[in-house]
Amino acid sequence: MVSGARGAAAVLLPAAAFFLASSGGAWALDRAAVEKLAFGEGDERIAAIGALLREGDPQAVDLLKALAEGGMQTAGKRVLIVRGEKAVDAVTREAVAPLPPEREDVVANNRLRGAIADALAMLKLLSPERAERLASAKALAGGADAAMLPLLEKALASESDAEIRGLLEIIAAGMQLKAESREARLAAIRTLGRSSSPSSKTLLLDFANDADPDIRREARLSLDAVGKRLAAGEWLGLAFAGISLASILLLAALGLAITYGLMGVINMAHGELIMIGAYTTYVVQNLFRGSAFDWYLAAAVPAALVVSGLVGMALERTVIRWLYGRPLETLLATWGISLILIQTVRTIFGAQNVQVENPPFMSGGIQVLSNLVLPWSRIYIVLFVACVLGAMWVMLAKTRLGLFIRGVTQNRAMASCVGVPTSRVDTWAFGLGSGIAGLAGCALSQLGNVGPELGQGYIVDSFLVVVFGGVGQLAGTVYAALVLGFANKLLESWSGAVLAKIAVLVFIIFFIQRRPQGLFALRGRVAE
Amino acid sequence: MTERLYGARGWTILGAGAVVAFVLFPVFNLAVPAGHPLHLSNFWVTLAGKILSYAIVAVALDLVWGYAGILSLGHGLFFALGGYAMGMYLMRQIGREGQYQSELPDFMVFLDWKEFPWHWWMSEHFWWAALLVVLVPGLLAFVFGFFAFRSRVKGVYFSIITQALTFAAMLLFFRNNTGFGGNNGFTDFKRILGLPITTPGTRMALFALTAAVLIATLLLARWVVTSKFGRVLTAIRDAEQRVMFCGYDPVHYKLAVFTASAVLCGIAGALYVPQVGIINPSEMSPANSIEIAIWVAVGGRGTLAGAVLGAGLVNAAKSYFTVLFPEYWLYFLGLIFIIVTLFMPRGVLGAMSGRVARR
Repeated sequence: MVSGARGAAAVLLPAAAFFLASSGGAWALDRAAVEKLAFGEGDERIAAIGALLREGDPQAVDLLKALAEGGMQTAGKRVLIVRGEKAVDAVTREAVAPLPPEREDVVANNRLRGAIADALAMLKLLSPERAERLASAKALAGGADAAMLPLLEKALASESDAEIRGLLEIIAAGMQLKAESREARLAAIRTLGRSSSPSSKTLLLDFANDADPDIRREARLSLDAVGKRLAAGEWLGLAFAGISLASILLLAALGLAITYGLMGVINMAHGELIMIGAYTTYVVQNLFRGSAFDWYLAAAVPAALVVSGLVGMALERTVIRWLYGRPLETLLATWGISLILIQTVRTIFGAQNVQVENPPFMSGGIQVLSNLVLPWSRIYIVLFVACVLGAMWVMLAKTRLGLFIRGVTQNRAMASCVGVPTSRVDTWAFGLGSGIAGLAGCALSQLGNVGPELGQGYIVDSFLVVVFGGVGQLAGTVYAALVLGFANKLLESWSGAVLAKIAVLVFIIFFIQRRPQGLFALRGRVAE
Repeated sequence: MTERLYGARGWTILGAGAVVAFVLFPVFNLAVPAGHPLHLSNFWVTLAGKILSYAIVAVALDLVWGYAGILSLGHGLFFALGGYAMGMYLMRQIGREGQYQSELPDFMVFLDWKEFPWHWWMSEHFWWAALLVVLVPGLLAFVFGFFAFRSRVKGVYFSIITQALTFAAMLLFFRNNTGFGGNNGFTDFKRILGLPITTPGTRMALFALTAAVLIATLLLARWVVTSKFGRVLTAIRDAEQRVMFCGYDPVHYKLAVFTASAVLCGIAGALYVPQVGIINPSEMSPANSIEIAIWVAVGGRGTLAGAVLGAGLVNAAKSYFTVLFPEYWLYFLGLIFIIVTLFMPRGVLGAMSGRVARR
């Protein structure tokens, strides 16, 4: 939240201009406050910020900005604002020339910077623009230093908009929780009960076991109220996390659904094809650096598809085709391939992770509820997976290649008899599955680290998704990914990530033993 | 018709191996003084001991894969479980000589634990550790195998779910709260049975014990596969349904051999840990289990002796490469996987003897 307030400080100029107009002229600043700011310690300095801003003097704004930017220096007892070669006295605003030779920087620590940013944001609360005031109030909702209370009260007194008033009252209540008088604290706790922000919950938690029974009771009542309001957001967040994980699992498993599900090839190098897709994205990103960086993904997606697809086709031609019908040997040979691919990537790009940056439209998120932010990157990936899934379905159901793939899967000999070039279809199908793995890599590069071992983390998962859904069933793969994604996130919320993962693995292991054919079984003679 | 345990050549090779392990190694390591050109350093003894315990695992996997046709990718787990059972005892043997001079192992002090968790019960007794080494992998294999074989999970499915099992166990052991030292595992052992663990005498004893267990494993495995039981196993591998129709229940046979194999792996792990001096969850990584399969494949599946040969060749190559050109090791290993499966489906022994191909 502090960073939000700091962002607001960057666009402070209109607010400062407004003050110039309203205060009608400049006075010298309060010398004591300036000196406290420059020479004081901790709380003293924060209090000084509040004192300086109380009058809304634009010079105070200038002074604080200088301090935050490291332009405040002291020479003996004198406090200076130094910008380049020019300096002014911080109190009197007189130009100081020549510069005194012995000067010391006034250091602003993180807490002080945060307080300055908050204070500057708070000034915007007095802006005549409603939207600006609302944005500022939201930026402060994370909590601000109690020393700023007088400023906030001033804003509250002049505020007429009900929504902003509501927000400001909650912020003020958060500041008053440590007030001297018990009544004020009780009132603050009651006010916080109207809040729907997680930070209010954190504040209230401190009082849930207070020694004072009244405070304890009120705090618990307020906590309940806030908790109920937050619950909706938490559940939605969980659901979104489930969908997001499911989409990633699905993307990692989709390629395997073709190579393993349809063709029956155990491709242990599938994870490495994902990794190659991610590295292709990295290379494309570097090519686009400098110009049109925002659009590099538009080129990276097809590039990842093609590169991984070609690698897959080469593997099929050279190794895998000699092992059809010998699944265990295929498993070992493709594992060997995966080792070689990992080491090749290590040799070319180094063993360290490489940096893939999100394009601007994928960073940040959309604020749905006060405690629920959906990251754009995840939203785009869910949409991307939906598109890939759709394209793959059209490909398999409507195109000639899809028809051939299905034909060869169902009855190779018969397909060959009616003139399907089965061996070429195998190569294309394997290339298609590998290409989709490349797409998965492109998507994963937007979410996490890209390193040579990227694929190893997905191989067990993606096989389990395919097996769980039922081999040879595209729809099964989709349902399996959804079920596993949700189950994982649901368990994670109360047992922690690792135990959830273990529980899901054990569940699948036992599920497969109960139902070896997976969720959706092929019927008839194909089954054995 | 019953086959003989070994022919004259087999006994000769086995005897020669025993002489090397029980006579030449101790003489050149202990009797020949250090600095003498014929002296065998401790490094080589440890390396050889390590490879011999791998060879036990390879023979165990060959029993299930080569003879019963079950490719388990979970043998690394059984190996590591045996290792952890022994490791717990070795951790207790450190006593108060750890970094924090506490009765508890260092990692527990570090986690601010006050007493041993329940699964460390009795871990100070060697006989209990020895029991766990056999029981834990055996029981796990029995329960897992019972469900898997009963629902006729076979072929690649079985490989994938055993791999998932290993992966899940690895995640579990990586947690600090599981009580097995998290990702550091167990190390810094000081004593075994009260004897200091790093002295040449103890090392040689451990090495000789490993060699003895390997020889016993070979004899036992050979006895199993030449018995009627072994012949049924081979029949299950080649035509499971026909065996069923003949009135045999494949579940019993598979379960028995799978459990026995897991127990052998556990014992191998228990021998491995005191010699190498460390056990951590990376032993359970799926990659390790697949590597075991390649040892067997290199030597030749369904030959037992081939498993020993394969474990020796691959691990010797690994030690050679990782010292001299570490960056080429994965290329080499990857190529072995591909070449063996494509061009030498019967492994080195099969290629040498040129016997009738069996799948």
